[in-house]
This record gives sequence, structure tokens and C-alpha cells, in this order.
Amino acid sequence: MFNYGYFSFDSKADLLQKATEYWNPGKTKFWQDAGIDLVIDGREGYFLYDMSGRRLIDLHLNGGTYNFGHRNPELVATLKSALDYFDMGNHWFPSVARAAFAEKLVRTAPGMQYAIFGAGGAEAVEIALKTARYTTKRRKIVSIIKGYHGHSGLSVATGDERFSKIFLADRPEEFIQVPFNDIDALDRALRGRDVAGFIIETIPATYGFPMPAEGYLQACRDLCTRYGTLYIADEVQTGLMRTGQMWGWQTYGVQPDLFVTGKGLGGGIYPISACLVSESCGGWLHEDGAAHISTSGGSELGCVVGHQVIDMLQRPEVIANVQSVAQFFQRETARMMAQHSDIFVGVRQRGVILGLEFDHPEGAVAVSRALYEHGVWAIFSSLDKRVLQFKPGVLLDAALCQEIVDRMEAAMPRARELLRKPARAA
Amino acid sequence: MAMGERGMQLHDDAPRLAMPDRSQAVAAMQIDRAGWAGRAFARYDRAAVMRIARAVAEAAHQAAAHYAEWAVRETGMGVVEHKTLKNQLSAHPLVDFYEDLDLVSPKVDPDRKMVEIPKPAGVILALTPATNPISTLYYKALLAILSRNAVIFSPHPLARACCADAAARLEAAAVAAGAPSGLIQCIANPSVPLVQALMASDKVQVILATGGGPMVRAAYSSGNPAIGVGPGNAPVYIDDSADPGTAAAWIVDSKSFDNSVLCTNESVLLVHAARRQAFERALRAAGAHLCSDAEVAQLRAYLFPDGHLNTAAVGKSAVWIAQQAGFRVVPSIRVLVAPITLAGIDEPLSKEKLCPVLAMLTVDDFARGTGVAQMILRMSGAGHSAAFHGKDAQRALDFASALSVYRVVVNAPCSQGAAGFATHLAPSFMIGTGYFGRSSVGENIGPQHLVHWTRLAWNKDASVPFADFSAVRLSYESPDAGSRPAPAPAAPAGVDRDMLRQLILQELRGLTGGQK
Repeated sequence: MFNYGYFSFDSKADLLQKATEYWNPGKTKFWQDAGIDLVIDGREGYFLYDMSGRRLIDLHLNGGTYNFGHRNPELVATLKSALDYFDMGNHWFPSVARAAFAEKLVRTAPGMQYAIFGAGGAEAVEIALKTARYTTKRRKIVSIIKGYHGHSGLSVATGDERFSKIFLADRPEEFIQVPFNDIDALDRALRGRDVAGFIIETIPATYGFPMPAEGYLQACRDLCTRYGTLYIADEVQTGLMRTGQMWGWQTYGVQPDLFVTGKGLGGGIYPISACLVSESCGGWLHEDGAAHISTSGGSELGCVVGHQVIDMLQRPEVIANVQSVAQFFQRETARMMAQHSDIFVGVRQRGVILGLEFDHPEGAVAVSRALYEHGVWAIFSSLDKRVLQFKPGVLLDAALCQEIVDRMEAAMPRARELLRKPARAA
Repeated sequence: MAMGERGMQLHDDAPRLAMPDRSQAVAAMQIDRAGWAGRAFARYDRAAVMRIARAVAEAAHQAAAHYAEWAVRETGMGVVEHKTLKNQLSAHPLVDFYEDLDLVSPKVDPDRKMVEIPKPAGVILALTPATNPISTLYYKALLAILSRNAVIFSPHPLARACCADAAARLEAAAVAAGAPSGLIQCIANPSVPLVQALMASDKVQVILATGGGPMVRAAYSSGNPAIGVGPGNAPVYIDDSADPGTAAAWIVDSKSFDNSVLCTNESVLLVHAARRQAFERALRAAGAHLCSDAEVAQLRAYLFPDGHLNTAAVGKSAVWIAQQAGFRVVPSIRVLVAPITLAGIDEPLSKEKLCPVLAMLTVDDFARGTGVAQMILRMSGAGHSAAFHGKDAQRALDFASALSVYRVVVNAPCSQGAAGFATHLAPSFMIGTGYFGRSSVGENIGPQHLVHWTRLAWNKDASVPFADFSAVRLSYESPDAGSRPAPAPAAPAGVDRDMLRQLILQELRGLTGGQK
């Protein structure tokens, strides 16, 4: 019996049946078929607990949402303290929490002047794309093939067909895609001087964290400048210290015109996102500040949490820990790759963002499953299933990092076995 | 919330939201950082460890006077020139003392068919007192380095600023010499609840507790391994075989040293009746003031107003204390001597005083002296130190065997003697008070207490041969491996897989190239 007070389930099977019946049959079935029968029950720090009681180390972190781990005590205390005073607030009025958080964010981001809040990453992307259109009075948006910026109207149109065509939301005439790391293709796309914005994840996450080629992002920036297109950095997965600096674009020395952040900004306990824009992109905030309205975007509760998230990320201890974790996995993945070179063929890394490449079209699906069986939850890249997304949190300690590596080692024979099976591995 | 309350809050600058305790969260992160540093440092070889120890000792030595002045200014206790000396003694001489103690390399013993591998504790939580803040910090930092541990300091709040600065300085010196960053850290805002939480952390491997009795007990109650030391209250016996002149000079030097803040300082003089007069003359000649009965009463009232030591007097000068107590002494006076007739709980002046005030009691013979000494220790100071002045070897031995202490300093100043600076005891700011003093260690604490050994023990049957270790080595990591800055971005995209693999193999070889 799983009694949660408000509701209860007899068993995990009971839950799965209800999830299929009332929630999402396709998603529920997908994971069962993939051999990942996870239903997250308890959660604490970097641990998830399945309804069976089995413990998993979380290296998925929902793309950095759980950067600080699950239910980080300091953030939980922050939200509780906010709830004793604030609620979501009235989005029509200036507010202490929103103003304070906006200032806090802007001060982390040289070149930016305003923070415009949303409730999720997709909304922040909507704001960015609308801002680009307002500022340039152009309509077209360029993104990269296999890029990912969310599932809402404009954002989904920038991304992979898999998510847009099914809902007839693709708009090829306005949303153009170019190959990643292909600067000539971008030049051709922007050359007509009719593109409002070029949006790019600083390291494309859902594509499996392929690293931008040396100088690529700066070359993109330069092309944008040349053709009057705004450079929009999507920092939803690369921001918040995960690359070793607050924002990924800072580590590449590339100055965006505007950028978006989300996921971990709410510490995994309150949804909030933001689009930060430079003064020159902030025109509509002067002309008609209510042109974009969001009841839950910039909730004051989220602002208090986000304010604390930024504060925590700026602590020298956190920055040092990110370095330690990054160095540790740099060394250990290199060592493992040397040892398992038959299947483990590449490591992409910047800070605590890692993509591990496996020599099979669905290699990461098999490895994800093998790791799951060995107590580690890391998800494959949806748009490149050769690559396992490997996302350690910024507060991981040495002992747990070592345990992760030990468990990966133990999982390798099983991964090999799954990969040898003909056809689909999972 | 009622409107009335709201109205009041409008005029109140106190935060309207109850913020979570930042110090606690930051300290937890510091412990994790120490965990990383300790992990990396545990793989360093002896040459690297000694190089870092020397670099830290040098930084400590260079700043010895700077921090002595700072500590006196911040805490109001002690004497700058004496603190300078203590700080200096806790730098190079400490490393000199342990120069030949190898806590890094494995030991192979073919006769016992055994190999012993040192394993550092990991993360040390080190408490430092207000009385000896910097010398204790220097000492514990060097102990940590010599044993390849990371250390995180929790300073006494009275000495918070100088300790934070000194820890940062030693950390910088260590890192510059190749140590992993985060090896030496300091809690910024120590408080009782914070220190208690840290002491109970399962990421702390051992607590080095120096401080008040309650703090030491809290360390032992934390659930973590702890080395805590109890308070001192050294009884000093002046035998009729002693030379009164030299004994008095040593005692006054010792008792006035840093205004008596070392826990090893003399507390109660037990003078053989046959030497009483000569000894009093010698004390006066050495710079002591012998108090009249009225002055003794004034001192007692000032120092122990309600039976407990008045902390305002700790580390203050004899002249200042006399003045506070209500009488005057000439400015050259270094020590106040208060003749008493009782020892034990009925006479507060026979308790630990931590200021240049000595109690003095005349005893009829050696046996009586030993008995009174033990009576004093029964009240406080068990397991700590005592001193013996005299030439009679039998009595020295009998004195030491009768007393509940683990060190008896003979014919030397006790402050410096028990702490290992005027004797061949280990130089230490942690005087193990052992089982008498409710502690786990009875000797002066050294780096050897922060390392345990993994022993490979072969079958002792002669038919099973011992292995040949002549060509076997432990693998160490090059000192710079753990302290490197944030990783460079992985190989740029576009590099083909073979090249990437080569790059990684090169990297690996680089990492293991420093193997010895």
C-alpha cells in the first residue's frame, strides 16, 4: 500500500495501470518496454527512490533542474520562508521579489539590462523570439538541426520535426534550420538580412552535447552582427554554473544579445524561467510592457527561490566543487574509455556537462538501461541515441562521484551484453 | 497575518522572511570541498608532502609576528612577543621534529611478513581556542599536512578574523606548493549550533578538539571519532633537593609566558617546608609578587567571583590583574603568587587560572606534596601535566607514578616543557589527557594520530613464503594533478575518434607519469 494521504495506490502495478488509463499511455509504455520501470517515489540529494524502494543516483537531473540535488534543504527552507509571506503575486504590478531577482540575475550577466520572467524554459524562449522579432521587425528565426528549445508555439517550431510535425506546428517558411558547426550554412541563412534571431543552445543538450567547434560560436556571433540578426543563447541546460561559469556563453567568450535560462533556476522546487535582454533589445518593455503577460511567469515564490539559487551558485565553495567534479569525471571517463574502447568511444565535456559516446546507433539506450540496473539513472540523448547524457550535480561529493564510477564499471559488461543483442537493444 | 502585526513591521528593519541558515549550508559545502582535497592529497608521495609542509611552515613563520599582534588585538589575551615565538615554534621546528616520521610510504617488514600502508583520516575538523588561536591553527594545519589530511578549522569566535586570515594564507602557500585546493579551510561564522552540526557530520573523519570542557565533551558525544584534550591545572612540586633560584626563575618565566594562556602552565606550587623561605626570596628576585593575606582575598574575589574563573582575566598581565583585584604592584612584576593553605574544591585559587597568578602551598614533606598534588588533580587537570623541581631521582619517579597525569616536567618551565618546546616531548598544542582526562590519547598529539594503517599480514607458517616487494611500488599521483584549474574543454568537435582517443591516452599518461 502506497498511502500518500491525498491519494493512495495498492502497488506499483496499480499506479502504472492508472497512469496508462488517465495520464499518458504512450510514455508509460515506453519506459516499461525500455526496461526502465522507474516510478520515482522518495527523493533526496542526488538520490531517487523507485516505488520498489530501490535507490538510484540521479545523473539525469532533468537537464540541470536538480543541479543542487533533490529537495535541497536550503532551497526547501527558502521556499517555505517565502510561503510564509508571499504567494505567486500579481503579475501586473511591480514587486519586491521580481525586482530583486531581476537585478540579481542581470548582475550575473554582463551586457544584459532586463530580466523577463516565465514559468518554464519554453516560455522564456517564446519571450526571446518575440523580443527578437520586435527589435528587428523581421519574422524569420534560424536554429540548428537537432536543436531543442521547448514545446510551445514558437519554440517548438525551432526544433526537431519529431516534436513539431505531429502537431502541425512546423513552420518551415519562418523557421529555418542549419547544421550545427557549419558556419557557411549559417551565413547562407542569414545573408538575406531578413532573419530576426539565431537561437542556439551553447552546447546542444538533446543532440547529445556535441561541442561547438573552436571559434564556431564566435563566428555565429559575428555573422549575426554582420546581418543584423540577434544572437539568442539558450542557456537552459548550459547555464547556472554547469560549465564552470554562471553562463555557458561566458566560457566561450561570446556575447549574446539576449539569452534564456530555466530548469535549475527554480532549484527543482518552484518553476521559473527568464529571458535576459540587453538594453537595445528591451524596446518593447518601454513601448508596451504588458505586451507579454504571464500569470505564473515570475511568480514571487519562484523569484525568492531563484534569488537564492543564484546566491548559492556564486559561493566559492560551489564553484570549487564544480571544478572538482568536472576534473574527476574528466579523468575517470578517460580511463574508462581506454578500458572499454570496444563500446565507449568518446567523451564530450565542459564542466559538469558530459556526453558519453557509444559505438552503436542506440548505444546510449543500452548503457542507460545497464546503468539503471546498476543503480544509476542517466538518460540517453533523444536526438542522438549514441550519446548518453551524463550530468553530475554541482554539489556532488567525492565519495558519491567515486561510487558512480564504480557502478559504471560494474554496468559495462551488462551494457556490452545488451549491445550484442541483434536489432533493438531496449 | 493580522494587520496590526503588519503595521508594526513597517517600522521594523528585521527581515520579513525567515532565511535559512547560510553558515550551515556554506560549512557543509566547505566540508565537501575538504573531502575532494583530502582524497587527492592522500595520493601524494612523501617528497611532495614534505615540500608542501615546508612551504606552509615558511608562510606560517613569515607571518608569525603579524598574527601574534593580530591575535592579541582581537582577543585581548596574551603577549605579542610570546605569541610570535609560539607561532614560530609551530612552524619549521614542528616540521623538523617530524622530519623522519614517514606517514606516507608503506613499510615492509619481511621478518614479520607484514606490509603496512598508511591511510589518512580524510577530513579533520579542528577547533582552535581563543587563548592560542594562531599557534594552534599552525600546529593543526601542519599535522594535517604531514598526515596527508584536509583540515577545516572552526575557530573560537573571539579569534575568528585572525584565524580565517591565517587559514587562507596557509592554504595559498600549500596550493602554490602543489597541494589540492581546499586543503586548509576555515569556517567563517562559527557558532555553537554550527560547530555541533559539523562535529556530527558523517563527512568528518576526526575532530581535533581544543577548547573548553563542554566543547571537548560535545566532540566526544558527536558520534564521530574525536581527539579532545581536557583542561590543565598543573601542580608543581619544589623538593628540598631543588635549587630554589633556578626553579623560581623557570617557574616565573613559564608562568608569565604569553600571560599564562598555555594550558600547560604551572597552577599551584607545592613547596617543601625546608625550601620555603629561600624559594620565596628567589621568586621575588625572578619578578614575582608575593601577595599578602588581604591581597589573596582580593585576588580570589576577582578571579573566582562565583567560584568560576573570571574569563576577563584570561591572558592578562599580572600588573593589570592586581589592579583589577584592587591592589597595586610595581610595573616590573610578571607573576602574582598567592599563598594558600588549602587545596581542592574549597580553595578556588587552586583551580586552573590561565593568567599569571600562581597559588602556593607549603608542604611538610614529599609525601604530603604528592598527596596535595593528587588532590588538586582530582578537582581538575587530570591527565594533563605536572612539574617536579629537584635532583632526587627516586622522588621524581614516585611523584610521577602517584599522579593522574601523563607528563611530569622535570627541572624546566612547565608551559614550554609539557608542550614539547623545552623538553624532548613532542611539540604540541594538544596535550593528550588520556583516560584520566576523559580523552582518547594520553600523549602529545602528533600527525601519527591522524593516520591509520592497512596491514597486509601473511600466513606465519614458514611453508608459505612472503612476497618479494623489492620491485613493488605504491602509485602516487603527481602533485599538480589534484590542483589543476577547471578542465579545458574536451577535444574540439571535428576531431576524429582515433585522434580523440590518442588525446585521452596522452592525458592519461600525463596523469600517471609522476609515478614513483
